[in-house]
This record gives sequence, C-alpha cells and structure tokens, in this order.
Amino acid sequence: MSSPTSAATCDSPLPLRIEALVKRFGKVTAVDGVTLELRSAECLGLLGPNGAGKSTLIRSIVGRVIPDSGTTTVFGAPADSAAARQALGWIPQEIALYPRLTCRENLQSFGRYHGLGGATLAQVIERCLDWSMLTDRADELVRNLSGGMKRRLNMAAGLIHQPKLVLMDEPTVGVDPQSRNHIFEMIEKVRLEGMSIIYTTHYMEEAERLCDRIAIIDHGKIIALGTNGDLVRNAFGTRSQVLAHFGGSPDRVIPWVAARGGHTIDGIAQFTIAHPVEIASLLEDSTKAGLELVDVSLRKPNLESVFLHLTGREMRD
Amino acid sequence: MLAIVRTAMVSLCRDRGALALSFILPVVFFSIFAVIFGGRRDSTPKVSVIIVDEDHSRASQRLVKGFQSEGSLTVKIRPAPVKGTDQPEYTATTAEAAVKAGRAPVALIIPHGFGDNPISFGPAAASRPTIQLLEDSSDMIAPQVIAGLLQKVALTSMPDVMAEQGSRYFDQFTGGLTREQRERVDSALRSLREREESGATMAASSASANGGIIAVTARAVVGENKNNPMVSFYAAAIGVMFLLFTASGAAGALLDEVESGTLDRVLSSRVTMTTLMLGKLTFNSLLAFLQLVVMFLWGWAVFKLDFWSHIPGFVVMGAFTALAVAAFGLLLASICRTRAQLGALSTLVILIMSSIGGSMFPRFLMSEAMQKAGLFTINAWAIDGFTKIFWRDEPISHLWPQVLVLIGFAIVLFAIARRVARRWEYA
Repeated sequence: MSSPTSAATCDSPLPLRIEALVKRFGKVTAVDGVTLELRSAECLGLLGPNGAGKSTLIRSIVGRVIPDSGTTTVFGAPADSAAARQALGWIPQEIALYPRLTCRENLQSFGRYHGLGGATLAQVIERCLDWSMLTDRADELVRNLSGGMKRRLNMAAGLIHQPKLVLMDEPTVGVDPQSRNHIFEMIEKVRLEGMSIIYTTHYMEEAERLCDRIAIIDHGKIIALGTNGDLVRNAFGTRSQVLAHFGGSPDRVIPWVAARGGHTIDGIAQFTIAHPVEIASLLEDSTKAGLELVDVSLRKPNLESVFLHLTGREMRD
Repeated sequence: MLAIVRTAMVSLCRDRGALALSFILPVVFFSIFAVIFGGRRDSTPKVSVIIVDEDHSRASQRLVKGFQSEGSLTVKIRPAPVKGTDQPEYTATTAEAAVKAGRAPVALIIPHGFGDNPISFGPAAASRPTIQLLEDSSDMIAPQVIAGLLQKVALTSMPDVMAEQGSRYFDQFTGGLTREQRERVDSALRSLREREESGATMAASSASANGGIIAVTARAVVGENKNNPMVSFYAAAIGVMFLLFTASGAAGALLDEVESGTLDRVLSSRVTMTTLMLGKLTFNSLLAFLQLVVMFLWGWAVFKLDFWSHIPGFVVMGAFTALAVAAFGLLLASICRTRAQLGALSTLVILIMSSIGGSMFPRFLMSEAMQKAGLFTINAWAIDGFTKIFWRDEPISHLWPQVLVLIGFAIVLFAIARRVARRWEYA
C-alpha cells in the first residue's frame, strides 16, 4: 500500500514532529503542551480514555484544528501545507463516506480530491479494495454495507492517495471481534510495507498488539511514553499485581482495600506486590478483617495497570 | 398518555426550528397576506395608465384632467425624464410600445375628433372616433379598472359636454327649441362650463362601466397571440419558488457531510473550502436549471407554452436564476447547524420571498410598498425576466437589468455563505 519513499533514510526528516502543542476550547485545554516524535516506519499508539485529547491532537496534525501554540511538521513540512496533506493519510473516527455512493465510487471521489486520476487511480482503487477485503462488494452502496465493512472502507479511503504517514483515529470503534481482527490484519499489512502510523485507541490490547511505542495521554498531556515493556517496567519495576475477589458488602471491602494501598475495580481488589510471597500476608490480613475471599490470582501488570498507576483512574472512566 | 404529551412538548420546545414553524410562520404569513390583500389605505396599489391626447379639445382635456384627479390612478402623459431632461408626450405608437415593454398595463388613446362628438346616449355611430384602450392582458385588473373609470370620469368631469350633447340630441329629434328656450339652455350650459372650469367639486356619479356613454375600443397589445397567456407566468413563478426549495435541500448535503465527518476528510485533502463550495454551487445551479427545463417542457407539452421559440432567452434567464438560487441555498445551509434547522429556516424564508416576490400572486396585485419590497427577492427579478421573454417577446438584450441583479444576488449570497462557512474550516 505504501509508496517507495515510506522507508525514510536517517537523514530524512521525521515523519512527524510535534513540539509543545497547545489547543484550548474555551476554558478546556484539550491538548496541553504535547511534544512527540514519530520515527520512520514506526507505529506509535496514543492510548487514553475518551476525552483525553487524542482526537484533537490528531485533528491538529491534519490541519483541521488550529493550535493555540506549538508546531507540527510532517516530513519537515508544516502541518496543513500542501506537502503535508499529500504525505498524510487520515482515518477519522467517524464513517466519513458518501452513503449513497458505492465503495468504488467513494474511493474514486477521495482519490480525485487528492489529485489522482486515470489509470493510476483505477490501479490504487483495486489495491485498496483488495486491502480492505471489499473487492467483491466494490459496487455495493455504502449504506448497505455492514458496520465492519464500512470501517474497512473508511480506512481504505484514508489510504487512497498512498500516504507515507497515516493517522488512525480509533478505527475499531463499534465493530465486532471478527471485523476487528480483519482491521488488525489490514494494519499489519501496511506496517510490513514500512508505513508510519499514529494509532489512537482506548483499548490497551490493541495498543499492545499493534504499536512499537505507546504514548499514554490524559487530560491533554502525555504522561508516559515508551514501549509496552518500558511503560510497565517504569511504573512497576519487577512488581506483580494481585487480583482478589471478596464476598460481602462492598461498604466493608472497598475501605479495607484502600487502606491496604489497593484499588477496587468492578468489585475486584487490585494490589501491587514486590514478591509473590506477600500474597500470604495479604490474605491473612483480609481474614483478620472478616472478609470472605472468593477468588485470588497473580498477574504481571499491563497498560491498564500503568494507566491506573499513573492517574489513579481506570482507562474506561 | 400524559407522559406522551409531556415528551412531545419537551421535544418540540427543544427543536427551535419546529417551534418557529409552529408559531412564527402562521403569524408572518397572516401579516404578509393582510398587507397584500387587506390593503392599508395609504399603500393601496395605484393603477398606472398612459394617456395620449391626440385631440387636444376641451372635452379631451377635461377627460385627461378627470383621470389625473382620480386618486387610484397614476396617469402618465410622458415618459419619466431621462438624465433630468423632460421627454416628449406619449404618442399612440410610443404608448403601445410602453405597454408592450411593461411600463404600464394600459394606455388610453383619445383620437382626433373626439371632442366634436365625445359621448353617445344611444347606440354609438359607426363613424364616431372612439377611444382606444391598449391593454396588457397579463394584468387582468388594470384594463377593467380603466374602462370603468373612463365612463365614470366622463360623467363627473364633463357634465357641460353631456348637457350640450343632450341638447343637440333634443334639437335633432324634436325639431329644435324656440329662440327663448335656446338662450336659456345656452345660459345654463355657460354657467355649468364656468363652474367646471373654476374647479368646483364634481359630483359623484354612478355610471355603469359597461355599455357606457364613451365609446371605447379595447385591444390587447401584449399576449394577444398567446395560446395560454398565464402559463408562462406561472411556470416562472412556481418554478422559481420550487427552485429555491430544491436549492436549499441540495445545499443541505453540506450539512450531512459536516455531520458525518466527510467534510473534514474532504478538507484534509487538496480540496479547499472555496473549491468545495464552488463545486456545490455549480452542481446546484445545474440541478436548478434542469428543474426549470423540465417545468417549461411540461408547460409546452401540456399547456401549449411557446417554449421552443424562446430558447435563447430561457437559457439566459434559466442559467442566472439557477445560479442565484443555488447561492441562496448555500447561504441558508451555511447558516444552519442541522438539517432540521435548515428545513425550518428555508420554509420560512422561501415562503416569505415567494409571497412578496410574486410567486404566489402577481406583484401588480400588491401595494406599492410590497411591490418595492419584492425587489429584494430573487423571485421578483426572475419572474420579471421570464415574463419579458415569454410574455412580451422582448429581445435578450432587454434582460440586462434582471441578469445583473441575479448575478449580484449570486455573488453577494455566495460571498456571505463562504464567509459563514469558515466555521467549518478549522476548529
């Protein structure tokens, strides 16, 4: 899918460089001094809850939001310049397609908007249809497609002009697990071709599966940046997590868990321990407190744990 | 059931567009119709009439003076001054041309010799010079008003002439008066004449307009050869109104694109907002033009509208009308935030424009103030242009005022729409 220039050399400008970007909407600061770099052929995940500022950051990169301060360059060109527009592909969170046009007609329209035409356009349309597994539905009206198919075509429309950098804004929102897997396959294909990707999501498993590095964003700020392993290691070191399910009234359980330095999420108490042997003393204390243990398990911390650790909140809050 | 009523009420209150349609629209329309037909006295429309006095006799001058004293008429003896220079009085030829050009709906030609034998109590003699009434039959009201007023004015402005003519009839049929009787009659006629010439108030009369005492020959100088004279008017009038609805609906696609995020995606490509809106303007203009073509073809096929011999004029008026309505639609769409708002606003604005712009009733039926207000609408100019082509058979070169105004509308409306659409460009 990508163009031959996707694999940038060391001397090439970075696919994306954001410096001290700030965007306010009235009194709300949606993006608060974000500085970020995307390396060539890298997939960088922007992980954060709804309203964290992910979409505003993406929209400022594609020039749809004018930042209050800060700079953004795409392969060295200012965002919203003609060169940046041509180098950028944007897959918005919404199904931004013409419902009364067929899949092929949609791709033709967006291709023409990017200046493509003739045999080149016909060729890339076929490639996009193939990539999105919609070749057999090419002449189907978009409004008649399933949700998953619309999502895939939405992605194909963002890549019709063969951009070198793609911004994917929660491309799996509202799709079933099977369609989600199709989408993952599509993304993995273009990754293999060396395309640089910014991928926003609030699903940690997507970030873990697809992204080389992950930026955790909350309240418009990047609060952690690194590989999945780096983030967990930095937050927890070698510590592990104990998940315990206690019976009885939550009014008794939650204060006790909090007093022990843990969190209760969906009725499950979570504790961080340095050594597995600490489980024994934890369970003993709960018995002394009169709590009835139903279930207990030990796990390695994940991105969800990192987010909780950094913000004191769940990703889904 | 109360829950349903409550839910419906809350929903309506939150939908300002629907609320406006429910309450404001009826009030607005009531007011417009009241002004058009209720007729505040000071703004009752005056009928324009051109009067050509070829006779210049005492009787003809009295008649002209009588017409001029009618408050419901605007009497034109000569064209409006050009660059401050008075124009010569109308002649029969220039008056006919003026009616054809739509400068007045009716002209009265008082012929030579009218004063010798101005009125007739019996059947009019064939040789008697008759007043010519040149009428534009697109105006169904004015010629009848003038024909009726002619008889009334004859009675009220020329009582001495009537008495003199009556005396002549008396002489003719009774063998004449004695010398003493003749002197008395002459004396009475003199005093009547002096009284009239001194400007004394004329008594009102209730002469019948039809079969009156003044012989009139009416002739339609516009539309006399038309198969179905009002069809072209209604094709334009109704056509423009629905064009406005279509244009606002088509422009609403912009709102759909905003809502679905497609607009954002388009603007993230090479396409700029100006290019996008110009594209929409072009498409919506073509759509509107096609709609007009269909309407006029239907008029030709079903109502015998003379379409094919007016193609060039139709293309000119159709193209510029389509352009103006397309720009109007884009403006409405750019002002609104949702389809629902657009629906409410477009219904309100288009119905108002159509009612005062002549799409629902001919503008000559309206008060002068309303006729002037109509000039701020696309409808009025478009209808005027189509009427020039299909009704008056005027050449294309005569369309320049309508074309210029429609282009002006298109430019101004599009410029405002583009300015308002900036809110979609960036956040």
